[in-house]
Amino acid sequence: MSTTYAPVSEPITDSAPVTGRPAPRPATPVLSGPDLPEQYLELSMGPQHPSTHGVFRMNVVLDGEQVVKLKPVFGYLHRNHEKIAESESYLGNMPYTDRLDYICSITNNWAYALAVEKLGSIEVPERAEYIRVITGELTRLQNHACLLGFLLQDMGASGTPLMYAFREREKVLDLFESLTGARMMCNYLRFGGCRVDLPPGWLNRAKAFLADFPRFLDEFERLLVGNEILMERTQGVGVLSRELAISAAISGPMARASGLNYDIRKADGYSIYNRFSFRVPLGSHGDVYDRYMIRFLEMRESVKILDQAMRDIPDGPIQNPAVKARLFRPKPGEAYGRIESPKGELGFYLISDGSGIPYRYRVRPPSLINLTVLEDLCLGHNVADVIAVLGSVDIVMGEVDR
Amino acid sequence: MELEPLKLEIEAAVPGCRLEIIPNLGPSAQHSLLVDPEDGLAVAFYLRDAAEFDFCTNVTGVDWPPRELTEKIKIKQIVEGVEKDVDQIRKVQIPGYLEAVYHLYSIERRLGPLPLRMRTADRDSGTHLPSLTTVWRSAEFQEREVYDLYGIHFDGHPDLRRLLMWDSFVDYPMRRDYVEPDDYEYEPTAHDQVLARAKEHASKAGAL
Repeated sequence: MSTTYAPVSEPITDSAPVTGRPAPRPATPVLSGPDLPEQYLELSMGPQHPSTHGVFRMNVVLDGEQVVKLKPVFGYLHRNHEKIAESESYLGNMPYTDRLDYICSITNNWAYALAVEKLGSIEVPERAEYIRVITGELTRLQNHACLLGFLLQDMGASGTPLMYAFREREKVLDLFESLTGARMMCNYLRFGGCRVDLPPGWLNRAKAFLADFPRFLDEFERLLVGNEILMERTQGVGVLSRELAISAAISGPMARASGLNYDIRKADGYSIYNRFSFRVPLGSHGDVYDRYMIRFLEMRESVKILDQAMRDIPDGPIQNPAVKARLFRPKPGEAYGRIESPKGELGFYLISDGSGIPYRYRVRPPSLINLTVLEDLCLGHNVADVIAVLGSVDIVMGEVDR
Repeated sequence: MELEPLKLEIEAAVPGCRLEIIPNLGPSAQHSLLVDPEDGLAVAFYLRDAAEFDFCTNVTGVDWPPRELTEKIKIKQIVEGVEKDVDQIRKVQIPGYLEAVYHLYSIERRLGPLPLRMRTADRDSGTHLPSLTTVWRSAEFQEREVYDLYGIHFDGHPDLRRLLMWDSFVDYPMRRDYVEPDDYEYEPTAHDQVLARAKEHASKAGAL
């Protein structure tokens, strides 16, 4: 008989009965109030706690220091991005995608552009593909650097690591600003290419940044990789098994830290990633330390990709002239496009009914789906470990709640 | 991806299951598999275990309100004693339904995406589908989201509650016919006062 998934615990709190059109669902048993055994303490962590990376709440049941149950509560940043997108034109949605994962706006643009390109069968010029790879990998560098800084900050390494990481991120944001005009909300890609070409001297500045970057990695590594406190706090904490990672559709660095060899850049070979030689680092334990180290190793691989892309970038057009972006009306049909964003698999599912507005627009958010195994990772650990585990998942609430 | 062999394979393994291939007319050629809700679990288990579609990456809903299709057909009619082809417009009513879409990938076989679809009976009281959470763990929270935004009730889900909207929220906001409630708190601003004065001025100017 096939194995089935059963939840690790019953729900903590029950919601109010639903009074919508279908009949209300019978109430599920609750573990709260008088039913809560006496030695347990129910604690609401968040939504405004600095270590929850935005407005995220967890309902935790504790036995002393130990986590017995943990139920995440979402929706504090919900603005129904998908509904808004279903009333905007295809082009008009591009700036909205910046606001999903506001640390990596260019990869968000990329995933959306890829889905629209599949929907409308659009070719992308070669130079534009190279620019996408360069800006996308720069995004990955700054996202991973930030994540390491945030994680260490959450675990009490106050200040220094975060400032080191932000120093590097600042350089990337400066590059983005001179290219796109905005530091975070870049709104840079278009279906069939990019918005503007690289300004004169930009590539040389990017090369200079890249030549410096491994020094930051070495420095960070010397400072923190073998650090005894860090190893004590992170090794063996929040272990995610490979089987659960597959079943729960965990993607990105988090899945690879559990030994799941699945990188969409290799698996799908979208864009021009099959032209570059790079390796996919894999973890073997799936704990917080592995998730931390994977980001280091991925940054080194990204540097390799960037080196090759900046060396090989050809001249040419950056936009497919056949695409009328403002009058874009794809044929009826649907498409699911996905990329390896720094946080995992970012997918867009679009259905077209032949008009200029998507009939259905769905974001597959890697942050939300990687967060759904939080309870499995935290059970049996201490409250302080919950923060470390949450920090290692890498979430941005703009994308989780949409 | 060619779905015909897979369909035959599933029909052989799950006897009596009702499957249909929904062709995708667009250039992406991602054709999908429509399965009857009653056979949903059996087919999903087969897809996961035998066909190795172990990675259920995306779960979402789609709302299809009742539609009216108009099509032109030619019928033979006797006009003034002579048989002629006459154009006639036929209207076909398509009842509304909600749809749950699961995008499946195979990690080992590097296959995908395979969209697996299930449709509800209608949009009012028959919005029940079997939950596939026991098959793919990733469906747990995403089915909650579909329930929250579309109102599809997933039978057998371990913890079906609203995910993004608050608990006392009544309607399902992603449905096509959802109307925003007109109950936002009104706050007078300086801009309102200017606007009121401008209106007053405009009415006077019109009177002159």
